[in-house]
Amino acid sequence: MATMQSLDIRRRSASTEAPPQVRKATIEVAKLIDVSKCIGCKACQTACLTWNDLKEPVGFTDGTYNNPTDLTPTSWTVMRFTEIEKGDELEWLIRKDGCMHCDDPGCLKACPAPGAIVQYTNGIVDFVSENCIGCGYCVKGCPFNVPRISKIDRKAYKCTLCSDRVAVGQAPACAKACPTQAIYFGSKDDMKVHAEKRVADLKSRGYKNAGLYDPAGVGGTHVMYVLHHADKPSLYAGLPDKPEISPMVGLWKGIMKPISLAAIAFAGVFGFLHYITKGPNEVSESDERRAEEVAEGKGR
Amino acid sequence: MSEDKNVVSRYTTAARINHWITAISLILLALSGLALFHPSLFFLTHLFGGGQMTRAIHPWIGVVLLLSFAGLFIRFVALNFWKPEDTVWMKNLGKVINNRDEGLPELGKYNAGQKLVFWGQTILIVVLFGSGIALWDVYFEDSTSIDQKRLAAVVHALAAIAAILIWIVHVYAAIWVKGTLRAMTRGSVTRGWSWKHHRKWFRQEVGKS
Repeated sequence: MATMQSLDIRRRSASTEAPPQVRKATIEVAKLIDVSKCIGCKACQTACLTWNDLKEPVGFTDGTYNNPTDLTPTSWTVMRFTEIEKGDELEWLIRKDGCMHCDDPGCLKACPAPGAIVQYTNGIVDFVSENCIGCGYCVKGCPFNVPRISKIDRKAYKCTLCSDRVAVGQAPACAKACPTQAIYFGSKDDMKVHAEKRVADLKSRGYKNAGLYDPAGVGGTHVMYVLHHADKPSLYAGLPDKPEISPMVGLWKGIMKPISLAAIAFAGVFGFLHYITKGPNEVSESDERRAEEVAEGKGR
Repeated sequence: MSEDKNVVSRYTTAARINHWITAISLILLALSGLALFHPSLFFLTHLFGGGQMTRAIHPWIGVVLLLSFAGLFIRFVALNFWKPEDTVWMKNLGKVINNRDEGLPELGKYNAGQKLVFWGQTILIVVLFGSGIALWDVYFEDSTSIDQKRLAAVVHALAAIAAILIWIVHVYAAIWVKGTLRAMTRGSVTRGWSWKHHRKWFRQEVGKS
């Protein structure tokens, strides 16, 4: 997705320039996915492909409802189906997976290409493909294993939260297509209020651990889930219980960068200072003479 | 190689070509790697035709370096094993740095500093190549897990910085110790240089003729 001029940028990958800060009107948006209302119809997947001009190549079925079986460079959202058996009871958990649009995006932190990943002031994290160099660092940065690198153009792809639709006041294609309104879209504040109602309703129906998934480890997300088992997010096809940017990525993209450059600069400066204080190490006349004597067999 | 009897042959033409291929690939690797390591050095990607080209070409230069350095390793490994005099030399490092060479032991073809450069780069290049494979998604994306790739990225960056620091020491030593550079540009050094810095080697060389 290209940068939308109507959306101000809050963060830009591999850039130190200050972002525009004068306009204050932007509200933070969020998509709220109510897992308890999802029927697994995959209308969201279809809407995503249609709106974004994508075509998932015909693949293989692994015998489950997961189809395609994973996120791909062309499938930016997939339904993940989990069957949980408790005695005679079967619980069928269906989670619409895709980019969570973290408030503190690991992909953006890891990206080395200036402006290849941006975060708009409304919270959407977007890949600007023309700046992408295909290094795959975003894959390492992401706590949710979302970005996928295309084998065709070696560029990274993921859900844009339909930033182009949002920029003109439309809800994302998946939210529009959902027949049971399991996908809501609006301001993050409104979505939290709505989630509270849904959680209260689920609790009244016996799901005492129902709750909102808006993980603090990544600063909260702009895609949130209402879960019936919010105490165990990992039940839902491995949704991370406590997602956070890997400490390895934190080290690599944090303290290591300035310290490394400082070490290189220090080595250079040390060499220069050594040269101007101690001077060069030169071969003296007497060394040459002694060497000659030894070579001629007259000395040792 | 030189007919001039005032100089001592130090490197064959093949060894020097081998060295310069290694040197050029190491410099290109440092430039392209630093470009992707720190945002303020991203401009270096222009030297390689842009970000995508830099990303694509860097690992291939790494392959060249590995092969080229393997050549140097085979040529010089026998001369780089640690000797008792190397420990003595290291204990006198303060004197060496201060350009005072009285009391230093007579040395063979390499001093302890040169041997440390040799072994340091040997280990680091192996580490860099191994971790680099884990990051070379074009061909090896499915060979490692994301957690392994994260570790590889940290190890690769640390090893690269260490290799760059060793490279700075190596290059500076050649600038500081006059008469050294010609060993790599012309293959020979003066008798006086050999006497001063590598006396044991010098005695062997003059003993041959």
